[in-house]
Amino acid sequence: MAVTQVFGARVRRREDPRLIRGTATYTDDLTLHGLCHAVFVRSPHAHARIRRIDTSRAKSAPGVVAVLTGADLEGKVNSIPCGWQVPNCDLKTPPHPPLARDKVRYVGDAVAVVVAESRAQAHDAAAAVEVDYEVLPAVVDMEAALRSATLVHDDVPQNRVLLWSVKGGDFEAAAREPGVRVVRQRLVNQRLIPNAMEPRAAVAHYNPGSGELTLWVTSQNPHIARVILSGVLGLPEHKLRVIAPEVGGGFGSKIPVYPEEAVVSHLAVRLGRPVKWVESRRENYLGTIHGRDHVTDAEMAVRPDGTVTGLRVRTLANFGAYLSTAAPAIPTILYGLVLSGPYRIPNIDCEVTGVFTNTTPTDAYRGAGRPEATYVLERMMDLAARELGLDPAEIRRRNLIPKDQFPYTVATGITYDSGDYARALDRALELFDYRRARADQEAARRQGRYLGIGLSTYVEICGAGPSKVVGSTGFSGGLWESAVVRFSPTGKVTVFTGTSPHGQGEETTFAQIVAQELGVPLDDVEVLHGDTDSILMGWGTYGSRTTPVGGTAVYLAAQKVKEKAARIAAHQLEVSADDLVFENGRFHVRGAPDRGMTIQEVSLQAYLAWNLPEGMEPGLEGQANWDPSNFVFPFGTHVCLVEVDPETGQVRILRYVAVDDCGRVINPLIVDGQVHGGIVQGVAQALWEFAQYDQAGNLLTGTMSDYAVPKAAWFPKFECDRTETPTPVNPLGVKGVGETGTIAATPCVVNAVMDALSPFGVRHVDMPLLPERVWRAIRQSKGGSAA
Amino acid sequence: MNVTVTVNGVRYSRDVEPRTLLVYFLREHLGLTGTHVGCDTSTCGACTVLLNGKAVKSCTVLAVQAEGAQITTVEGLAQGDRLHPIQQAFWDEHGLQCGFCTPGMMLAAVDLLQRNPNPTEEQIRHALEGNLCRCTGYQHIVNAVQAAARAMSAAVGAPSGGE
Ligand code: FES
Ligand code: FES
Repeated sequence: MAVTQVFGARVRRREDPRLIRGTATYTDDLTLHGLCHAVFVRSPHAHARIRRIDTSRAKSAPGVVAVLTGADLEGKVNSIPCGWQVPNCDLKTPPHPPLARDKVRYVGDAVAVVVAESRAQAHDAAAAVEVDYEVLPAVVDMEAALRSATLVHDDVPQNRVLLWSVKGGDFEAAAREPGVRVVRQRLVNQRLIPNAMEPRAAVAHYNPGSGELTLWVTSQNPHIARVILSGVLGLPEHKLRVIAPEVGGGFGSKIPVYPEEAVVSHLAVRLGRPVKWVESRRENYLGTIHGRDHVTDAEMAVRPDGTVTGLRVRTLANFGAYLSTAAPAIPTILYGLVLSGPYRIPNIDCEVTGVFTNTTPTDAYRGAGRPEATYVLERMMDLAARELGLDPAEIRRRNLIPKDQFPYTVATGITYDSGDYARALDRALELFDYRRARADQEAARRQGRYLGIGLSTYVEICGAGPSKVVGSTGFSGGLWESAVVRFSPTGKVTVFTGTSPHGQGEETTFAQIVAQELGVPLDDVEVLHGDTDSILMGWGTYGSRTTPVGGTAVYLAAQKVKEKAARIAAHQLEVSADDLVFENGRFHVRGAPDRGMTIQEVSLQAYLAWNLPEGMEPGLEGQANWDPSNFVFPFGTHVCLVEVDPETGQVRILRYVAVDDCGRVINPLIVDGQVHGGIVQGVAQALWEFAQYDQAGNLLTGTMSDYAVPKAAWFPKFECDRTETPTPVNPLGVKGVGETGTIAATPCVVNAVMDALSPFGVRHVDMPLLPERVWRAIRQSKGGSAA
Repeated sequence: MNVTVTVNGVRYSRDVEPRTLLVYFLREHLGLTGTHVGCDTSTCGACTVLLNGKAVKSCTVLAVQAEGAQITTVEGLAQGDRLHPIQQAFWDEHGLQCGFCTPGMMLAAVDLLQRNPNPTEEQIRHALEGNLCRCTGYQHIVNAVQAAARAMSAAVGAPSGGE
């Protein structure tokens, strides 16, 4: 019964039993009486006019219930809106019809939907839908798109989505300072496919009696989905229930509201039957958002002693064919505002041009903007170090924001909460045995082996966030979080959170917060999420916000429960609440430990309501809505060792050391898991992953066997450690940790490979650093024998 | 066509279309939804089951090809309340996050441990090459397989060992 320290303990996850037994319910696992199956017909062309769609053959195919095209949805399912209208950037928001009307704009754009009794029948009938296309030239490359006469959307000139900028200080002046060197590099941050292992899916059920539509959907944020779909479908919000059941990963790709979800919802109403749609992996590659896809020209102004005085970037960001839900925020505020990283850089000048192309829409992919910014900054740091002949660790140390300067406002205007960046750097170098590793590298070179050591020091800006601030950046919502902590009469606790975890383990960490605060056994706490009917409001799980924002709401709700419980206990024990001590789940009278009652006894009394303080309402629950005053800023240093085989260009990671600081840690086991997963995704971008299109707009890496989702054998064991600098932003002192690995790992690995290639005079190679690219770079550098 | 198979010790007989894949047979005809579908190219391994004791990707096998076979899915790993050592180890070592890859991952690991009760880290990483996980970064999965190997070899000789 006695609960000691659960906050900070390596507690096994409470969500796991159902997952390891195969009894969890993912969206595709649902079955309902009368269920029928939807399959979408998708464009094989990147850009084409739709002349005619003939559905007659499909309609008469066996088992077919309905076949609809865009015209059938006119006035019934509205355009899918964009949810982040970033101001002052001339943002263009062309309509996004749920099924394409006159034109298709990317390979995979849906043009029709077939519903049949079985999944197989729906597939068969979908193949019988005949679409007559007039193929148009496609724009794929961003620079070409800006100059092209071909427009993805007729009313968006130059295919320019937005032109956004942020400026702090005066870069020009910094660059003109005598002795200052300006380091320049063009950097490509390639397009990636999120690859959540569970593809997207939706099941919709309509009850004509109550007028209620229930949608089970693979979402990271069911409440946002409800608000948006309510508008898209013209259904009042209280008649729409959105449930995110078990969700098999998201990494940002399950934030947006997609056309299929709206269409399936509409079909359930229209047909009066429940409808299921499950994405194939091929469709996932085409129809679910992609991430990254930037081309950046960067300039860094640096003094001879390594002091960085300025950074100027000009970035092209590929939005694909339509504006996805959060897309405008990703390459703007989540990128430009964070370009100072962990450094004091007084002059920053960033300009971003967003471009429409005939490709899959892009949006948030793990890190969302921050990995792109960190990549630019950390590559430039290394290039500057190399030009000045400084050690990469040393140039970083000289520029880090010192720990006594917090809160620290960077040139882009945001204020960092807390940090001891040098300590994380020192710890990482110590763990890596950096000096020794440099000596080993020297020795290896003499033997003709090419080892490389790479570093990245980073700060992640997460835990969104102050609603007022995100509102001012154009987000059409708030980013506070709700929580209810409710005791039952028998003393068990149910927690309702507005966040929507899908692998991050908050059913465990939130239970740890409650168990710690209320002194109840961990197993007596159940954490519920992901249902708009049972949860007041919530903004979901992404951007490493779940624990710092949602966890804080849970903590505050628990405090309210404790306060009410104390008043009841004081009343029943006939003392003042000030005379009570609360220890291990029990209230007792100060100085008289025998006179007391457990919180479970209090709970029973709260529900019996036989003897409550005058005027107190029965029941025992606390509700809190927490809107943070600032973001939180986790940070750290990653160091890795690679070996490059100059004969084949093959890169092998020999060691990987990560020192992260995410403030106070609730569950080290879960934090380790988040860091590992992030590192793998970050490394994979550096070395293998690439969503590649041909000039006609065909996705060449269009199946899972063509796209390099990383495997277990490609990695060594990671060596992880932490420093712990609490944030003052929330009472728990916690920062986020979901994206740190992805942010830090990509530049860390690229820097290591470039370090390994430095004897060849290779300065930069764009990602992914596939053997062929590395091999060519070596060949080209060796006296022009260009391969 | 009729298919008769034994899944997790229970005999089932069903009429299916000849083209029905084993994974859909398990999920849609038998309601065993613990086996997942993560791709359409036999790449991800989320659908891995044991077919006559050997790990196979059930999306690459037709249900009719499994006629007469003994199949183990994730639902058949535990004995009542007692988890299989691989399940216990995945739980203890935090070998899963979203859990979508986990059933297939555990069955691939069971297959490995049958063939090699004491694998090295490198052997584990190679043996899991057909199973993708996007969440965990694999390290805790490797730890889990090692822990399960230890637990299973400690139990060798005991009547319940390796069940
Ligand atoms: S579903 Fe991916 S391998 Fe079978
Ligand atoms: S735990 Fe999510 S894919 Fe492996």
